[in-house]
Amino acid sequence: MSELVLMKGNEAISEAAIKSGCRYYFGYPITPQTEIAEYMSKRMPQVDGLCIQAESEIAAINMVLGASSAGARVLTSSSSPGVSLKGEGISYLVGSDLPCVIVNVQRGGPGLGGIQPAQSDYYQATKAMGHGDMRLIVLAPNSIQEIIELTSLAFDLADLYRTPVMILADGALGQMMEPVDFDKLQPREIPEKTWAAVGHQNKREPNIINSLYIEPKDLEDLVIERYKKYDIINEKEVKYEEENIDGSDIVIVSYGITSRIAKTAVDKLRKNGINVGYFRPVTLSPFPAKRLGEIADMTKRFLVTELNMGQMVDDVKLATKCKKPVDFYGRTGGMMPSPDEIYQAVLRTLK
Amino acid sequence: MVVFDRPKSLTDKEFHYCPGCMHGVVHRIIAEVLDELEIKGKTVGIAPVGCSVFAYNYFNCDMIQSPHGRAPAVATGVKRVLPDNIIFTYQGDGDLAAIGTAETVHAAARGENITIIFINNAIYGMTCGQMAPTTIPGQITSTSPYGRKPEIQGLPIKVCEMLAAIDGTAYAERVSADCVKNIRGVKKAIKKAFINQIEKKGFSIVEVLSNCPTYWGMSPVESLEWVKTNMIPYYPLGVYKDVTANKENKKEEE
Repeated sequence: MSELVLMKGNEAISEAAIKSGCRYYFGYPITPQTEIAEYMSKRMPQVDGLCIQAESEIAAINMVLGASSAGARVLTSSSSPGVSLKGEGISYLVGSDLPCVIVNVQRGGPGLGGIQPAQSDYYQATKAMGHGDMRLIVLAPNSIQEIIELTSLAFDLADLYRTPVMILADGALGQMMEPVDFDKLQPREIPEKTWAAVGHQNKREPNIINSLYIEPKDLEDLVIERYKKYDIINEKEVKYEEENIDGSDIVIVSYGITSRIAKTAVDKLRKNGINVGYFRPVTLSPFPAKRLGEIADMTKRFLVTELNMGQMVDDVKLATKCKKPVDFYGRTGGMMPSPDEIYQAVLRTLK
Repeated sequence: MVVFDRPKSLTDKEFHYCPGCMHGVVHRIIAEVLDELEIKGKTVGIAPVGCSVFAYNYFNCDMIQSPHGRAPAVATGVKRVLPDNIIFTYQGDGDLAAIGTAETVHAAARGENITIIFINNAIYGMTCGQMAPTTIPGQITSTSPYGRKPEIQGLPIKVCEMLAAIDGTAYAERVSADCVKNIRGVKKAIKKAFINQIEKKGFSIVEVLSNCPTYWGMSPVESLEWVKTNMIPYYPLGVYKDVTANKENKKEEE
């Protein structure tokens, strides 16, 4: 029989990682995700795992690179300024086709910004997490239950596609508590990591984990190969949630914590006779562009709402080929919109 | 019969190093040590960024190419997952003592049971001859064209002296690859640094003073002479820390 446990988002990420077979965590304290490092420090020794507080986010991501090279399931986490520091290492992880899971519990920026919830690292996560032609898989949960399900999925996708996967959360999700059910996790089958650098025992050729290809042709071939992998991910792994789309006057597009607020506004709007639909990308990368393209023919306009200055708007415009107007309502760094603010924004847009 | 053969721990790949550069000699010494200790099959080497970036092509063991300066952090990740394997990094002066200083110092502070082979040739070779953190005062490089001036470019970092002050360091020795006699010392130190790891004695670093005939603008012979007359006086050779020796001595005293 499944049992509900009341957990904070940061703790839920940590426990879900352990339940997904992760036994290595490398991190550095930063608000509002420090509970992950604290939880792992306590919990890892109980499961014969290891948690190391690194000297910096740079060192932490490179410890991740080492542990991943050795074939381990490995997690690191940080918040916005710290995630920027991890950018170099993440690019190398992509270039070396290494799996790992990175959590960004976003806070306001730029710079030291603030410590309150934000979604202003959307561009960074989905477009430019590191130098070079690269993508990550980016998952955006909007509840603590979904945090644990997506953490489990993140480890599976990382191993299946040999790529870093990012959980893009925010300070609100990290700090808030909800009941979760770990029995709902559905792990996938993962192939053996024959590529790992674990010592060849004089039984095979050396395995080399590397991102350097000095011959331009070799590098291009590999990048093209990696982009074919992204095409497969795009085909098979897109996730989204939608409601009341067909024939609606407007569709609100929102993800993560903002989608919870938007959903309250949507329910109230519909109760008051406004024909509003709701669309929530769960995977921000791959972006549910195909579905949004279809939706462009099923509604009259869009309103994007997120905790930033409108970073997802471009993606919605591209996905819908600008067939319908795309408006935006957002707040930044801790200035959480109330459901009523979004309610009023919809009414203004429809005027 | 003694046969001078290629160590099994080197691949057949030809080195790309410049004529007269001692990287090849140090690579060979590491390979000989891996052979002699019969650890090739359980060794994972970590290549740096710099002239020796292609080290992953030369050692006949599993290899990882690390981001610039981060090799000790990468080694930490590998070693913590595979505590019974042998993990070494091979790093130059820019990699270890400039961009990767934090990773080096903190791997030592944690007492990571790894082996670091540090090549100090007082210059950046791969980017064609710029100032290194170990460039000595007065030395001319392309970014210190009037000679390194301490009042402008600061003073060099003495890595073994610095790491000897860290409690977690088990063994730190500086050797030189400038002549046959000293090269024997290089081998002895490198072997000890690997044996320390096998015996789980902790963080071991061997700093090898080396040359760069190409960007020092000298013949190979002149460059080795320059190591002897300019580098060794600034970077004295010797054991800067050896916790393992102290333990043995104490036992003998008892």
